[in-house]
Amino acid sequence: MIEQYIVLGLAQGSLYALMALGMVLIFKTTDIVNFGQSDMTMFSAYVGFTLVVGLGWPFWAALPLVIVFGFLLGVAVERLALRPAREAPVVSLLIVTLGVGLMLNALASWIWGFDPKSLPYAISGPPVVLGNIIITRHDLVIFGTTIVLSLGFFALLKFTKIGTAMRAAAQNKLGAQLLGIPVFRINMLSWGLGVALGAVAGVLIAPLVFLDLVVMVFVMLKGFAAAVLGGFTSLPGAIVGGLLVGLFESLLIAVPFELINQLKETLVFVLIIVLLAVRPQGLLGEPIHRRV
Amino acid sequence: MPRQIWLALIALALVVLPFGLKGYTIYIVSLAGANILAAVGLNLLMGYAGQVSIGQAAFLAIGGYTSALLMTKLGLAFWLAFPLAGVLTGLTGLILFIPALRLGTIYLAIATLGFGAAVQQLIPLPYWSAILGGHQGIKVPRPQIGSFVFDTDLELYYLTLAIVGVLLVLSWNVARSYVGRAFIALRDKPAAAEALGINPTRYKAYAFLVSAFLTGIAGALQAHLVGHISPGEFGLGKSIEIFAMVILGGIGSLPGSVLGAVFLTFLPHWLSEAKLLYTFFYGAALVLVIIFMPYGVWGFFLRLYYRFPMMQKLFPKGA
Repeated sequence: MIEQYIVLGLAQGSLYALMALGMVLIFKTTDIVNFGQSDMTMFSAYVGFTLVVGLGWPFWAALPLVIVFGFLLGVAVERLALRPAREAPVVSLLIVTLGVGLMLNALASWIWGFDPKSLPYAISGPPVVLGNIIITRHDLVIFGTTIVLSLGFFALLKFTKIGTAMRAAAQNKLGAQLLGIPVFRINMLSWGLGVALGAVAGVLIAPLVFLDLVVMVFVMLKGFAAAVLGGFTSLPGAIVGGLLVGLFESLLIAVPFELINQLKETLVFVLIIVLLAVRPQGLLGEPIHRRV
Repeated sequence: MPRQIWLALIALALVVLPFGLKGYTIYIVSLAGANILAAVGLNLLMGYAGQVSIGQAAFLAIGGYTSALLMTKLGLAFWLAFPLAGVLTGLTGLILFIPALRLGTIYLAIATLGFGAAVQQLIPLPYWSAILGGHQGIKVPRPQIGSFVFDTDLELYYLTLAIVGVLLVLSWNVARSYVGRAFIALRDKPAAAEALGINPTRYKAYAFLVSAFLTGIAGALQAHLVGHISPGEFGLGKSIEIFAMVILGGIGSLPGSVLGAVFLTFLPHWLSEAKLLYTFFYGAALVLVIIFMPYGVWGFFLRLYYRFPMMQKLFPKGA
């Protein structure tokens, strides 16, 4: 029985991990916590809905297009909202991301209305049975996509010139600029990739819940929690954090106390606060140095 | 003109303001008063002490429920229940002070966010719905001093004006006192501040205490103005709204927070014509203000002030 909950938790956790990865990437390169991530994810998921349900595309064809949409959305947000506002302090930029989120939310309600939508599973068909664990095909797609995307992403950062430039810009903006790295373009790229990762998470979560205007807020909060748990500056930390949050949440459902189920959201945060009290820099984050 | 004259003029304007306004508009102005206190409370914490919080709505809820319950369940008089609600909320602020001792900005943000989510989830639980009223919430009695009941919009406006006025003067004094300067010192150069004998633990505690106190009073005031309180009002959206008030007004400036709170209270009413696209314009307004006024409305005023000599003649320095 417990194995089943672990598998479910890991599947949910993979999606939180993608979300967290997107947020950490944006934070690392631009110092901005993207509070509009939920609305950008929601909007991308709605685009997926239009492709799959409205136009009758198969899921595998819609997914890449949603990724491209998310990427362009992120690029546009950076170029049109954040770059013009770059003189403002970082906490104010948080409000900009929030404002963009509200605009997207309004547009989505205008285009798709307020009724919840449902998306079909990525692959239909009977679930796969492994011993005493049952895994739906959709969960397999989630695992596969998460693994492929995160490996591809790390390969991009580690082995390509663009990836090296991104890491340089994240470590020392001014130094990177002096070496001729186009930091603005790197910021734009990070926003594109960060929002695209969220878009993938969104379109894969949508079949598991009813897609509406606010459902992604909870996913974003879990992603945020996951990112903090892993140490907000660590990309592998974001994945570990995401899996742990998903696992913890799923195991809480397994506990047969009604109160614990009602307080699921709260308990996830309590766990994180307790962990942070012990390890203030998160699981894999760089220790905080005090400069004197 | 010296500062006293300007302040007297503003006070006079506020006293005569309600004549010529409709009852509903007076009510919204009073609500703006409650929001001003919440924004100032967060600004002291965030702008002065450098501690980010996106869970302030929890303190609003605690203040509102406490004041209402002290009156209805314990039978306390309004003039006793109301300040007591602020003090009790201030003490709950110390819950957040404990993680703040060790955590950096972004980690504290998630801790406060979690606190806000927890309070909102705990209030409607069935175990205490007999007292807290579950999701429906509870009725909040009208303020009453002696046998005088404040129940028209105009009476409530003057009560709000008095409360907000007194607390703004107090906050202004806290900000400019030794305590406020200690907040700033700890925010900018923690090690140097410590070397000068400022105890970081104690002053962080003060910051959370003062902030939660003001926000609790704001929550109680809002509850008494509306006459009803329910957990739905105090979600993440409310916390973020207070956060946005501080940022739009100008972080670290108390007059800015007043402007930010008034602006964001009225914005939804100005935009209500736009119906479906209301949220769109609301979001666009947030983005545009930051693009064109990177340091908030107050920062924008300061820039104008130093740009145009005429302004400096009209408002001499220190005004």
